[in-house]
Amino acid sequence: MKKLLEIKNLSAGYDNNIVLEDISMEVFAGDFIGVIGPNGGGKTTLIKTILGLIKPTSGELIMHTSKTNIGYLPQVNQIDKRFPISVFDVVRSGKAKTSIFSSFHKNTEEKEKAESLLDEMGILAIRHKSIGELSGGQMQRVFLCRALMNQPELLVLDEPSTYVDNNFEGELYLKLKELNEQMAIILISHDVGTISFFVKTIACVNRNLHYHPSNIITEEQLTSYNCPLQIITHGNIPHTVLKLHDEHEHHGHIH
Amino acid sequence: MDIFIELFSYDFFVNAFLASVLAAISCGIIGTYIVSRRIVFISGGITHASFGGIGMGYYMGINPLLGAAIFSILSGMGIQLFSSKGKVREDSSIAIWWSLGMAIGIIFVYLTPGYAPNLMSYLFGSILTVSTGELWLMLALSILIISFFTFFYRTILYISFDEDFAKTSDLPVDRFNYLLMILISLTIVLNIRVVGIILILSLLTIPQATANVLTREFGKMMFYSVGFAFLASFIGLLISYFADIPSGATIIFTQVILFGLVKLLAFSFKIGQKAP
Repeated sequence: MKKLLEIKNLSAGYDNNIVLEDISMEVFAGDFIGVIGPNGGGKTTLIKTILGLIKPTSGELIMHTSKTNIGYLPQVNQIDKRFPISVFDVVRSGKAKTSIFSSFHKNTEEKEKAESLLDEMGILAIRHKSIGELSGGQMQRVFLCRALMNQPELLVLDEPSTYVDNNFEGELYLKLKELNEQMAIILISHDVGTISFFVKTIACVNRNLHYHPSNIITEEQLTSYNCPLQIITHGNIPHTVLKLHDEHEHHGHIH
Repeated sequence: MDIFIELFSYDFFVNAFLASVLAAISCGIIGTYIVSRRIVFISGGITHASFGGIGMGYYMGINPLLGAAIFSILSGMGIQLFSSKGKVREDSSIAIWWSLGMAIGIIFVYLTPGYAPNLMSYLFGSILTVSTGELWLMLALSILIISFFTFFYRTILYISFDEDFAKTSDLPVDRFNYLLMILISLTIVLNIRVVGIILILSLLTIPQATANVLTREFGKMMFYSVGFAFLASFIGLLISYFADIPSGATIIFTQVILFGLVKLLAFSFKIGQKAP
């Protein structure tokens, strides 16, 4: 398996506030890593460091792929929803890396790519709408299209299931499972129950990082990883395969 | 019709007309950027800080607009530097530069021997006394802004919409932020003579608000803003001439009336989109 990136004894944070301390991790092609942890535990800081948006205070981040080979879906609340921009332009911005003069190119290929992605997600009809007019689910689909514009080797998603209904959430995770055949995925979620059904491995981030090489995790393990999370799931999303500590013999369905 | 022919036979009126066209171009485009990016308050800070340069220009006997340009660019950089490196909250940083510039201006105007005759024209604008030299500068700025926004339209759009994502795309985000900050400063300084320091912010926000009623697309918003800015400036200019009232204030007043009209029409005919 091709190694995409490695993190060695890395610490990162804002000002004097250390958010991540001495973490190490490797990401390979074909990985599907669910990143879980409490709010403020450093999940977003971790992926922003991987994306080069935050400089580590110590340690190393070694990239074996180009930075532009990473597709990024930020948290929706980081986006200004009243910004005057159309869905189509948002998706096209995913290919901005070509050049700063891109306004002048014909970009036929780029437009076709954007259209086919929008079509694939079932939102081609709304391509001329402005982003402010979209529902939460539509918006996430648009940002997923944007993240996929560059055919990334690694897809990084920060809480893609916020503000979306349960139906779309299930649909989204199935889509990610399909995409995982072509690219590695790092998925941040606070909903450990739901994602553990889809991801291959789990990383618990709470100032430190504990890598869990399977998608089955017990509450005991979470506690020992210093990752205080409530294991709950709701709605008609596919059931979790989380193990309860007193149900070691079979996979518990937890509601 | 005769009255128009008569008006355009006066040099000062032709100059004022050209000034309103050029002001509409630079303010329409730069204002769209400012409004979309929600940096109206920063622009207000830069505008008022430039008064320090005007006062200094008077005192040292150089062109006040040159002083204003230096002060506004420095304050633009200063605001960013204070909040990013100095850990000052951004709105506080803006207020510091805003009031510092005004204070420096007042002190220098006081120290300047004699009476500063057209100081009022910098504060409240005086489109009817814009000189040919100033028009050339405004023309150069308009050409600069049009070319910059045409060349780099997509880069500017993507950086403004989502700066973090633009960084992951390897776009030169910081460099563009500084270049655009300089263009904002120059736009403010060269349009001070048209509506004045106190009122310039309106040319950068009201036509854009009017345009935003009709469109939610960055490119179209720039075009509509230029149109509305020109329309209101020209009507305001005529009213101020015939009613013999201050031009800057009349132009702003017309901008607001136009905004109200468009909003009302859009509301009654259900044009434009619902607010999110």
